[in-house]
Amino acid sequence: MSTSTQAIKHERIYEVSPTRKLVMGIIEIIIGAFIFIVFVRTVSGAAKTTFVMTPGGINIGQAGDWILPTQLTLIILAALALIIGVVQLIRGFGHATNAFVGLCGLFLIFSFITWQAADRSLNLAGMLTSAVLLAVPITLGAFSGLLSERAGVINIAIEGLMLMASMVGALIGSLTQNAWIGLLGGILASVLLAGIHAVLSIKYRINQVISGTVINIFAAGMTAFLSQKFLQTNQALNSPPLFPRIPIPGLAHIPVIGPIFFNTNIFVYIMFILLIIIQVALFSTRWGLRLRSVGEHPKAADTLGIKVIPTRYMAVLLSGVVAGIGGSFFTLGSVGRFEEGITAGKGFIGLAAMIFGNWTPIGSLGAGFLFGFADAIGSKLSLLGSNIPAQFMGMTPYLITMIVLAGFIGKGQAPAADGEPYEKE
Amino acid sequence: MDKKQEKQKDAGKVLIEELNQDEKESATHKRSFWNVITIPLLAILSGLIIGAFLIAATSTSVYTAFGQSFGKGITTAFSEIGSAYAALFTGSIGDPVRIFNALFSGDKEQIYKAINPFLESLVQATPYIFAGLAVALGFRAGLFNIGVEGQLFIGAACATFVGYAVKGLPVYIHMPLAFIAGGLGGALWGFIPGFLKATTGGHEVINTIMMNYIAFRLTEWLLSGPMTRPGSGGMPISPIIEESAQIPQFFPSPIRFHLGFFFALGFAWLIWWLLFKTKWGLNMRTVGTNPRAAKYAGLSVPKTTMIGMAISGALAGLAGAIQILAVNRSMALGLSSGYGFDSIALALIGNNHPVGVVLASILFGTLRNGATRMMVVSRIPIDIVDVLQAIILMLVAAPAIIRTIYRLKEPKEEETTVFVSGWGGGQ
Repeated sequence: MSTSTQAIKHERIYEVSPTRKLVMGIIEIIIGAFIFIVFVRTVSGAAKTTFVMTPGGINIGQAGDWILPTQLTLIILAALALIIGVVQLIRGFGHATNAFVGLCGLFLIFSFITWQAADRSLNLAGMLTSAVLLAVPITLGAFSGLLSERAGVINIAIEGLMLMASMVGALIGSLTQNAWIGLLGGILASVLLAGIHAVLSIKYRINQVISGTVINIFAAGMTAFLSQKFLQTNQALNSPPLFPRIPIPGLAHIPVIGPIFFNTNIFVYIMFILLIIIQVALFSTRWGLRLRSVGEHPKAADTLGIKVIPTRYMAVLLSGVVAGIGGSFFTLGSVGRFEEGITAGKGFIGLAAMIFGNWTPIGSLGAGFLFGFADAIGSKLSLLGSNIPAQFMGMTPYLITMIVLAGFIGKGQAPAADGEPYEKE
Repeated sequence: MDKKQEKQKDAGKVLIEELNQDEKESATHKRSFWNVITIPLLAILSGLIIGAFLIAATSTSVYTAFGQSFGKGITTAFSEIGSAYAALFTGSIGDPVRIFNALFSGDKEQIYKAINPFLESLVQATPYIFAGLAVALGFRAGLFNIGVEGQLFIGAACATFVGYAVKGLPVYIHMPLAFIAGGLGGALWGFIPGFLKATTGGHEVINTIMMNYIAFRLTEWLLSGPMTRPGSGGMPISPIIEESAQIPQFFPSPIRFHLGFFFALGFAWLIWWLLFKTKWGLNMRTVGTNPRAAKYAGLSVPKTTMIGMAISGALAGLAGAIQILAVNRSMALGLSSGYGFDSIALALIGNNHPVGVVLASILFGTLRNGATRMMVVSRIPIDIVDVLQAIILMLVAAPAIIRTIYRLKEPKEEETTVFVSGWGGGQ
């Protein structure tokens, strides 16, 4: 068994088409040129950007401010993006292509905030902290999609699962006044809905995108219905306890990194634990090999005695568990109450993060951080008194999703049998 | 030269096969008309039954009654359901007693008022028809347009802008102009994901959803900034459109039934004609059902994708335009009550056929209109309609469930199922 694990791992072809190589190189060069033309030339040589490196309200792991010469920083970032672009055009980065485009995206975002905060000070650590928190539902959504799609079932219902989990989490959490039981309730609700998706798409073999859409409509309608009927009329049903911030002893005292990663919400820790679990389970265990083989070539898997249908059910239900955690984050980890449409498309953005991350856990996490960062900028820059309307800042994550999605789907990346129902002959 | 000839011959072969297949389809279609509508009808029935359970299960008075005695609980549950569904009926079709009295009295105004609920249902159905056609046309071309909501907002914003900013035109120019502007706005919003799919492979399902969110932000900005009504005090609402841009309503004020309903029927006919009676429509359907064969037949899949998404978006834009020009007369953020997702259900229940879409739209318009009254009378949140729609949609998409419940026979042929699968990488 272990030899075949090896074989599959190494034969997975990351084929980067010449067009994609070219397009990505051009995108990176455009980013570099954009930073140079728009940002570098509109900032005075003497301007300095001050980044505060301690989030507000934190008293362990404090760090001094970073004072950067604005123009020089921008020039360096532009040059790096240009170099990456040129290297991409000349020899390419193979299967790290997406990572380098993502890096250039980060350069663009970072130079944007440096440029906006010229001659002012910006709490970068605070922004990063909220970026990590905003990345949680997106990354968990991506993990959820990953689990189900690796077994060959497209799960576009993640948005609906999260929405349902966030409402049920708030409701149960309020009733019991215990965030843990609330989380459990949210997960159960999500698993139940995921079960419906599984039955519809695996047993009845209806189109998986449509099945997912059914779940999304149902969840949107049901949560709105129940929330109007109960949560809004009785506030006691909509005031769940929040998970407190938990500092990890020792690690939380590291400057900069400590406050951002090790003195934060429990959901952030869950996200990292899940990253490790999913990575190991999918790629280093027999269980994971079976799951992936069902997603790549169900017929061959079946011939080898792997039970295709139960494997798929299990994968979709696990996907429901992860989406349930992601959904509960909204009400139990972040907002503290349920509002209609609270997920605001995060489930869909999670799917985009999964695609951008090449259906791998680490890639999904990276993409999730990128989206979370883009999201955080919107809220922080309006505090800075930026002259860009808040609505346009609010568009950024969606725009970035679209840009990122363009051209990232190619052969040999999505599981081969993704979206195809399986019927035993 | 030889190659080219061969290619053309292949194209001809494929097209002829398609045509023959279509004839066969329509022949069986006529015979099995009842078969075609049994599943949707039973799905709707099941939806209403499940809805009844939901109404009873979320009613506090039912629980208190069950606390007293079991019999009382049952009767309370039934009376709750009864009054709710009675309100649904009188709110959407009209109160039969009142209609009868009005007809008897012969007073014209009384008659209008008595049948107003029914006319109002048609008013509600009008944007549904456009939105449903948008999704159905997309499905026929193998595209899943979840972006109807955003296209509708952009279409409505464009129609509103032309409606109030252009002044001094006669009705027969201004009104069509504003209407077309709505279509163009929607077309642009649909074209972008179509273009992205055709050129970069970005899946339209995610891109159209992203375009929805962008459209919401954009209209919010437009309505509170450049397009805001003077003196609205920061409320995101547009100025009222010029009288010359308004689509006329037939009856005096409380009755909103308008000419736009017939526009919708006209467009349904137009789309039917385009899809089933023109070569263009045949090509589009070929691409939709079998992109690989279409490619070998010399049809351009990317081109069809872009055109299909643009037309689909245009129809969605018209849905927004008609709502502004005929009913609302100015634009606010609460324009849509979720037409985007509803329209997917409409297209599927209507079997992606314009006639089916019109019927399904009238049904949904009726449901939503009745649900408004149900909310007033029985305090049942209007979102129950979404739940019903999801259930109906699920049952229509998985006819096997309906067959199991109602013990229907399996059909002889496998139903043709839809289309979108995978993330577009495999083609």
